[in-house]
Amino acid sequence: MRVTFTANGKPVEADDVWEGESLLYVLRERVGLPGSKNACEQGECGSCTVYLDGTPVCSCLVAAGQVQDREVRTVEGLSEENGELGLVQQAFIDAGAVQCGFCTPGLLVQTDALLDRAPQPSDTDIREALSGNLCRCTGYEKIMDAVRLASARKCQKVGTAE
Amino acid sequence: MTTRTIRGQKNLQDITTGSPHGIGGSPLRPDGTLKVKGEFAYSSDMWHEDMLWGMALRSPHPRATILSVDISEALKTPGVYAVLTHEDIPGSKYYGLEIQDQPALAIDKVRYHGEAIALVAADHPETARRAVKKIKVEYEVLTPITTEEQALNPELNGYVHEPHEYKSHASGNICHSQKLVHGQGVTEEVKALADVVVRGEYEVGMQDQAFLGPESGLAVPAEDGGIDLYVATQWLHVDRQQMAPVLGLPEEKVRLTLAGVGGAFGGREDLSMQIHASLLALRTGKPVKIVYSRDESFFGHVHRHPAKMTYEHGATRDGKLVYADVRLVLDGGAYASASPAVVGNAASLGNGPYNIPNVRMEAIALYTNNPSCGAMRGFGAVQACFGYESQMDRLAAELGMDPVELRQLNAMSEGDYMPTGQQIDSPAPVAELLQRVKDMPLPPPLDLANLDIRELPGALSNTSHGEGIVRGIGYSVGIKNVGFSEGFDDYSTARVRLEVIGGEPVAMVHTAMAEVGQGGITVHGQIARTELGVEKVTIHPANTEVGSAGSTSASRQTYMTGGAVKLAAEAVKQALIAKGRKRYGWTHPDLDLVGGKVVSASQGALVSMVDLLGDEAIDLTREHHHRPTVPFDKETGQGFGHVQYTFCANRAVVDVDVDLGLVKVVELTAAQDVGKALNPLSVIGQIQGGCTQALGLAVMEEIIVKDGKVRNASFTDYLIPTILDVPPIPVDMLELPDPNAPYGLRGVGEAPTVSATPSIVAAIRQATGIALNRIPVRPEHLTGTL
Ligand code: FES
Ligand code: FES
Repeated sequence: MRVTFTANGKPVEADDVWEGESLLYVLRERVGLPGSKNACEQGECGSCTVYLDGTPVCSCLVAAGQVQDREVRTVEGLSEENGELGLVQQAFIDAGAVQCGFCTPGLLVQTDALLDRAPQPSDTDIREALSGNLCRCTGYEKIMDAVRLASARKCQKVGTAE
Repeated sequence: MTTRTIRGQKNLQDITTGSPHGIGGSPLRPDGTLKVKGEFAYSSDMWHEDMLWGMALRSPHPRATILSVDISEALKTPGVYAVLTHEDIPGSKYYGLEIQDQPALAIDKVRYHGEAIALVAADHPETARRAVKKIKVEYEVLTPITTEEQALNPELNGYVHEPHEYKSHASGNICHSQKLVHGQGVTEEVKALADVVVRGEYEVGMQDQAFLGPESGLAVPAEDGGIDLYVATQWLHVDRQQMAPVLGLPEEKVRLTLAGVGGAFGGREDLSMQIHASLLALRTGKPVKIVYSRDESFFGHVHRHPAKMTYEHGATRDGKLVYADVRLVLDGGAYASASPAVVGNAASLGNGPYNIPNVRMEAIALYTNNPSCGAMRGFGAVQACFGYESQMDRLAAELGMDPVELRQLNAMSEGDYMPTGQQIDSPAPVAELLQRVKDMPLPPPLDLANLDIRELPGALSNTSHGEGIVRGIGYSVGIKNVGFSEGFDDYSTARVRLEVIGGEPVAMVHTAMAEVGQGGITVHGQIARTELGVEKVTIHPANTEVGSAGSTSASRQTYMTGGAVKLAAEAVKQALIAKGRKRYGWTHPDLDLVGGKVVSASQGALVSMVDLLGDEAIDLTREHHHRPTVPFDKETGQGFGHVQYTFCANRAVVDVDVDLGLVKVVELTAAQDVGKALNPLSVIGQIQGGCTQALGLAVMEEIIVKDGKVRNASFTDYLIPTILDVPPIPVDMLELPDPNAPYGLRGVGEAPTVSATPSIVAAIRQATGIALNRIPVRPEHLTGTL
């Protein structure tokens, strides 16, 4: 089948898609967006997290056919228009929250969504929001630091803008 | 071939390192930007325009004779390009890290659940999956050998490898054994010196590395009949060394490039898909990609050895250890992998960082029909640490002593001797590390009036509102070696090139080091900047065009390949200074490279590196060998076997829901001597990550194997710690330089994974009063429902 949808603001089209393919597979293997990762393909690790119509989902659990005419935003779409790193991306690098980085794309999308709905989350809120995203390398301490840093920078930015 | 493209290869080109810090600073990772943008090509992201997908058929039985394999139906499936069995292997059919006992594809029999039997290459992963299902294998299923009792009675139960097949050092179903005798050993006279004796039997379950990036890679057939493999591994050259004979190719025709690695932790020391993808690519003439699914990953790599351990310690009434009598039985599973080296570590490190005048120890690894076990972070030192630290707590209780004081009383320090007879010739601040974790402030006590129930055991499940929660505190300390041991010449190679690019001096560092997330490439940039006084450093992709960098394991890369980068950079510096002396006739003895200039300590800047270099590049390669070690004597375990030792101490604070058996680790503190922190941010990241894997082993991580079959090959059923399970991990870093090591550094990655587990179990014991001789601790161990 043919699937057409919007990925990071651009229309994309995938042909010869087998019905059993996931959105993750289509993104990674058919439309050249391999940023979302494939650590379990079972909805357990969060490394494939993308926005689907503005809501974070595990793209490995979404059938390709389900995204027809819908909007997907992936880690590749988190940077600023001018290509500069987004605030959450920069915070993850600065805090040392990236080791192997395989968990990072999913965590970035999930953190972006968290800070959108709660710009100043408590530590427990952060842990709850990121509890579906496994990381095997960092022990999460620096991920906590990264989210706190992103939150502080975001609030500061909003503050100066006002 | 040249018109074909491999997509997503930004990290397969030179990447520029970030902020201009030398050693001791914390510049950002050079691959960080690519990683947060989703542009970093991991091995599973490799893509070639006309590539095929490879897949393996794996055995559903742990032990069976293969009566027949029929591939005809599979081969007829539209979209299938090849189906291969062992009969299609052009070269040697066996490989292995230490013992060549593992067939690349099963021959006549299978020895573990998940062993690869046949391979398919097809145009879509689903086509490959369906074709795999159409391969018909007839088995005669045999009763698997799964326990020590069964393995040690081959007359009754047979052999995992028949005696004539033995390629191992030991005999029967024993893969490797190591004995050790220190002092008088354990005799009646020695025993009589002890006022108190504690004896315990301990068990450690099978842990998995569970790196997130699945085993994967892309094999591209080359015009010269060779193969180009893009792969995630820990050691490119040892992969090549094992692959070439099986592929029937000379090593120079097997070229490997490191693709992005999504974590490793020992699980990528053995081959996984390397030979399989290459066989399929050579057969079909097309690029072949293999990506394991998560369940295949659980079958496709070795695990941490499960262990059964018996420890007996005797001590005087005032707490001085008199003797230790120890037996460690490690289940190595079907193939040897790294078992011999793991046994060597277990035997030599299995008494912990303590002075024990008399020791008798035996460590063995068995061949069984359980999944193969090999390298995992901590490598043989983890299991034993749970044993000896549990014993220290029991001994302290028996003597009515404080558990930290008992440990400090017996702690080894610089100048003391290991039970192997090796003198510790650099700082060993064991007692101090314990004191440091003890002195760190404790987290506030549980405040039932103001609690957020999400922070209690059970977390989001809303299982308790504070009732039935008891807090406990536990301590532990551990010892790990750094680098490959027992006489292995464990060298690393680095190439450093200095030239003027865009009007400034730029250093390029080229090694075959596997960057698996640890940050080795960040450190290489720091070393090059420090030695060469340049700001800009680029990192060349790791590949087999340069000499071996050894393995990214044994906490060795900063020491070994970092050391090689230092040597190569120093050589480049000397060559540049010599060029200056020749050109300008300098006689100053005190020349150095600083801030892009040749500088004399007494006279200041002499010339810019740009002017001195001109169009010329200085390009030098150096090898770094660590000091020699020797094999341990087989019977006595004596010998200068290890390069360096490293120590970490922990304090764990836990809350236990005693009604439901749920545990929440509230805080896990670590104090570690790192010698010299070349990059403090990364060092702390390593310690926190290492502690977290230890937490997993303490309370949740185990591959359940029943009758040789793996029961939980998924992240649904094999639990690794989430952000809700992991507490704050405060780290106290000590920097006591090791005079033998580059910059005085100590390998850091493994010590916390060794030491942290027992502190958590000790804390749970303190909270519950339950003995807990097995890890991981499960709810039913705490509620008495087992
Ligand atoms: S890959 Fe989708 S949740 Fe793991
Ligand atoms: S950084 Fe490796 S899994 Fe998170």
